[in-house]
Amino acid sequence: MRNNRSERMTDLTELGVAALRDGVASGAFTATEVASAFNAAVEAAQGALNAFIVTTPDAALAAAGKVDAARAAGQPLGKMAGVPIGMKDLFATKGVQTTAASKILEGFVPPYESTVSQKLWDAGAGMLGKLNLDQFAMGSSNETSGFGNVISPWRKGDDTTPLAPGGSSGGSSAAVAARIAPAATGTDTGGSIRQPAAFTGISGIKPTYGRCSRWGVVAFASSLDQAGPMARDVRDCAIMLEAMAGFDPKDSTSLDLAVPAWEAGLNADMRGKKVGIPREYRVDGLDADVAKSWEDGIAWLKDAGAEIVDISLPHTKYALPTYYIIAPAEASSNLARYDGVRYGLRDLPDGANLQEMYAATRAAGFGDEVKRRILIGTYVLSAGFYDAYYTQAQKVRALIAQDFAKAFETVDVILTPTAPSAAFALGQKSTDPVEMYLNDVFSVPASLAGLPAMSVPAGLSRDGLPLGLHVIGRPLDEQGVLNASLALEQRAQFSAKPGKWW
Amino acid sequence: MSVNTADVAKIASLARIKVSEAQLEAMVPELNGILAWVEQLGEVDVTGVTPMTAVIPNTLRLRDDVVNADPLTGGDIRDAVLANAPVAEHGFFGVPKVIE
Repeated sequence: MRNNRSERMTDLTELGVAALRDGVASGAFTATEVASAFNAAVEAAQGALNAFIVTTPDAALAAAGKVDAARAAGQPLGKMAGVPIGMKDLFATKGVQTTAASKILEGFVPPYESTVSQKLWDAGAGMLGKLNLDQFAMGSSNETSGFGNVISPWRKGDDTTPLAPGGSSGGSSAAVAARIAPAATGTDTGGSIRQPAAFTGISGIKPTYGRCSRWGVVAFASSLDQAGPMARDVRDCAIMLEAMAGFDPKDSTSLDLAVPAWEAGLNADMRGKKVGIPREYRVDGLDADVAKSWEDGIAWLKDAGAEIVDISLPHTKYALPTYYIIAPAEASSNLARYDGVRYGLRDLPDGANLQEMYAATRAAGFGDEVKRRILIGTYVLSAGFYDAYYTQAQKVRALIAQDFAKAFETVDVILTPTAPSAAFALGQKSTDPVEMYLNDVFSVPASLAGLPAMSVPAGLSRDGLPLGLHVIGRPLDEQGVLNASLALEQRAQFSAKPGKWW
Repeated sequence: MSVNTADVAKIASLARIKVSEAQLEAMVPELNGILAWVEQLGEVDVTGVTPMTAVIPNTLRLRDDVVNADPLTGGDIRDAVLANAPVAEHGFFGVPKVIE
């Protein structure tokens, strides 16, 4: 009996959002069994992967108990009923430490709940814990966390070199890929959902800017930050995005629009659709494996009935430098709030005055990459340099958005690779900041234009590591993005998963 | 444009981040690397282009002029506001003396 039961518990962790939701609803298993299975998987992996900053097994069980009681009482169940998820530690969770992976917020326990996390709990999801990330979501490898690196569950064959799970949502991607969470929240400022999804062989969508409320999400760059789901497949992302999205009067940039029924609208038939292939994304020295998977993706969408169209996005090469002015500028303003007065760390050297306390607190609490970006942001916003850097960047940003608007007059979606390479080893790119920034070359343009974009697994590199394909859509056309991604997913037949070495 | 040690010290002071001499030395080439790279934006012809202010057209809403319309973001929650303060005394945030 015990063996059967333990096997069944393992099986549960192989299931995704839709299967768990449907199994709980049909009574095939209880939400409590699901939560217990994932709690055990989380605990077993924590020492090796460091995917979570704190785990909350009791919260997962409490949410599951409510779902089981509601089902027993014959009450209607939510969209995510019985599905335990990981919550990126950028979302404020009432009564549970929220750090943005920075020492400056260590010990901060929000007295309120972020809108997105509240919507997920209202939909019947439970919380397995708070997921590790790059500090203040600034990074592409999860190496800037104040709470240690997340280790990707993926390895290059028998080589035990620790690989990056991507960033900034690296805890989220590692947890979903390792089957210790069926899904997780992510946030995406310049690629922080899509690049980690690509690195770990999972799916993730950044919706249109304004779809998901930013209220209660620790701010990095307010004109770019957007929350979204990370899960094993396109359907699971559609389900979870429905639960996360929606108008919120507490976020001034939230869009006052109804949430479409994305799951019900899924349709992989691409006949009559035009897919744009931007020639500027064929960058010099593009990794051969990445180039090949892009060709595969083009063939798959053709097979699904789409017409492939060569397009031009002429300002593509300026997207990264634009981003690395705008994002640090906004970050330097947003992070001014961490002053050692109202919450978080305080460093008060002997005899220090108020200004010295601010400076000492911020020196002690922020990591190197965060400081670097605050300094860049402060510089580009300072008197005498504002127009040359910041205003110029906002103008170029307008041109980048116009490029997309023009392309979408002809095409329905755009297909590109998600990242310029498969996952790299931890430490490999941490010496030169600009080299790390180049990881976001394919994801940043859509962020600057506020467009919905998704990464789905395409296949494996020669080293056996996942590669992602990236679908960009028109503003508010998450359905078009999900559908093209589904067409790719059905043809890629991606079934590889990391061997369990932890 | 490039920055020197004095510039970085000034920026760090504006950003209220204490940096040691050694850290300043290390930051100068890093920041110059980043600035040299973003410099390429200068070559883009932006004549007549309006700087972007919103990615998705949206109008700012005004909240109803009602006291405590949303209890979460309204008043009467002093203790909750102070709960995470490193130093809170007598219902206030505590800071080092600012008036001599």
